[in-house]
Amino acid sequence: MKLTGSVWKYGDNVDTDAIIPARYLNVSVPEKLSEHCMEDIDPAFAGAVQPGDVIVAGENFGCGSSREHAPLAIKTVGIGCVVACSFARIFYRNAINIGLPILECGAAVEHAETGHRLEVDFEGGRIRNLTTGKDYRAKSYPPFMMELLGAGGLVAYTRQRIRSGRLPRQPKHGQQDRTNDGGRTLKTG
Amino acid sequence: MTHTLAEKILAAHVAEVAGASVAARMPEVRPGGLVEVSVDLVLANDITGPIAIREFENLGVKRVFDPTRVVFVADHFAPNKDIQSAEQCRDLRRFARAQGLCYHFDVGRMGIEHVLLPEQGLVGPGDLVVGADSHTCTYGAVGAFATGMGSTDIAVAMGTGHIWMRVPETVRIVYEGQLRPWVGGKDLILYTIGQIGVSGAVYRAIEFAGPVIDTLSMDGRFTMANMAIEAGAKAGLFAVDSTTLAYVDGRTTRPYCAYQADPGATYVRVIEIDASQIEPQVAFPHLPENVRPVSQVGDVQIDQAVIGSCTNGRLEDLRVAARVLQGQHVHPDVRCIVFPGSQQVYLDALREGIVELIVEAGAAVSTPTCGPCLGGHMGVLAAGERAVSTTNRNFRGRMGHPDSEVYLAGPAVAAASAIAGRIVEPQEVVA
Repeated sequence: MKLTGSVWKYGDNVDTDAIIPARYLNVSVPEKLSEHCMEDIDPAFAGAVQPGDVIVAGENFGCGSSREHAPLAIKTVGIGCVVACSFARIFYRNAINIGLPILECGAAVEHAETGHRLEVDFEGGRIRNLTTGKDYRAKSYPPFMMELLGAGGLVAYTRQRIRSGRLPRQPKHGQQDRTNDGGRTLKTG
Repeated sequence: MTHTLAEKILAAHVAEVAGASVAARMPEVRPGGLVEVSVDLVLANDITGPIAIREFENLGVKRVFDPTRVVFVADHFAPNKDIQSAEQCRDLRRFARAQGLCYHFDVGRMGIEHVLLPEQGLVGPGDLVVGADSHTCTYGAVGAFATGMGSTDIAVAMGTGHIWMRVPETVRIVYEGQLRPWVGGKDLILYTIGQIGVSGAVYRAIEFAGPVIDTLSMDGRFTMANMAIEAGAKAGLFAVDSTTLAYVDGRTTRPYCAYQADPGATYVRVIEIDASQIEPQVAFPHLPENVRPVSQVGDVQIDQAVIGSCTNGRLEDLRVAARVLQGQHVHPDVRCIVFPGSQQVYLDALREGIVELIVEAGAAVSTPTCGPCLGGHMGVLAAGERAVSTTNRNFRGRMGHPDSEVYLAGPAVAAASAIAGRIVEPQEVVA
């Protein structure tokens, strides 16, 4: 999957309240959420962003809340990919789960500015800044993550596993063997 | 091979999978490895639940994996703040009824989820808990591995009882010395976040340890574990000791298992903190890492003081606030709002006479809700307004208008500031 879009550049620690303020979380309809995407740090963003544009940001993008509304709003507003130096843990999971492409690449972030044109080859992790002519290679995904993405996200992946009987056995809760690793049962009732 | 507390709990939950599976390929519980684990409890609230229900319905399973282990709490915009919020709470209620969930907490019987679940004995030592709320890490206080996730992850956990996890490296933070007067769990964790930063523990687990932790109350531990996420951590854990056991015994609804980190376990980083040097802390806007000792705050006038939340809404917090507010009056320019974390905390505070002291001082006491913490309702700030708050986040616009400000502190500083009208040290208003 390859896309070309304009850069929207932000700094470090872009939090989930900045991506979608909590006051709009009384609905979960993606189109409603996307109207307010990045509203508190960039009121012009949601109205001006074009399909395939790229958010470029510093460290710890998406820190704060677990709200999946954040990557949903970004995806629905038309952003094709988020490139950041690093992502907050929950945001990273959420983005992969819902199929919002994200890449970690500090070097690409450093030299990109709002308005630059980026070409992103998501699967190969290749980023080309068409404005400066420079090429970058993003951090690669672990194979499991590629499998999730290839399946179309966590729900589709899990559906496939359910259909093919590849789900783990249900543990007998309350009787789990937790003694083989030094655990010590203190109470059983 | 030695293991940290987080690694031991994850190892005890690694799923058994037949055939060519994720777990078969990646069975090893070592930092950085991916494992599939069974979960003991799955949580969602009125904000994250509706999306989790939608994704659950896309999964192709009819029933949740265990109706005693999927918990819904309507707490964020409850009591319903508007029609849309009412509909989100209604969607939770309908799903809970259709699925026969044993634990669905609604207004009048509820609490702020992370105060409520341990209090109701739904979380115990050694549990693996996932919740569609970032502050799910609070349960690390009872020696559980608990972490926040998004709604889609929670939908899969609701449907299958399993979830994938990356095994985190562990940071051990050791607190030496003795606590000064008016210093509590909130000050320790704010100081720590000030030291390591809001991304200081991203993807990592934190183990809190040391003599100061050994003598810290459960309520203080909940406060610290709650804010592990504000350093980016996946979980914040405490070893199970006699304080934990005194709290969970007679309370937990399920068998539990206490784990200890192995002596000589490998930590990615060990941080030693001399707690004797720590005075009450205040985090300035707009990040929890912008921490200063209260003596160096300067002149910060406030419009609102919020005392409560999943961070500081427990009985001990209200006791501290009442001790400061007792016989005093909230400054005429300040609205002071106190949110007990659960119906039980509210009732206990009533019976102790704490609520009376707080109301007599001119503060409002609310039913439990997350409301003001995330700028939802019950204390939203106007442009240019400032609040001192015992909550956990002070991001721009967190409590209302993007041009409002939130200063994070513990209940002693928040209550003292409510009286003074500006952020002050507790001893300035308490004789």
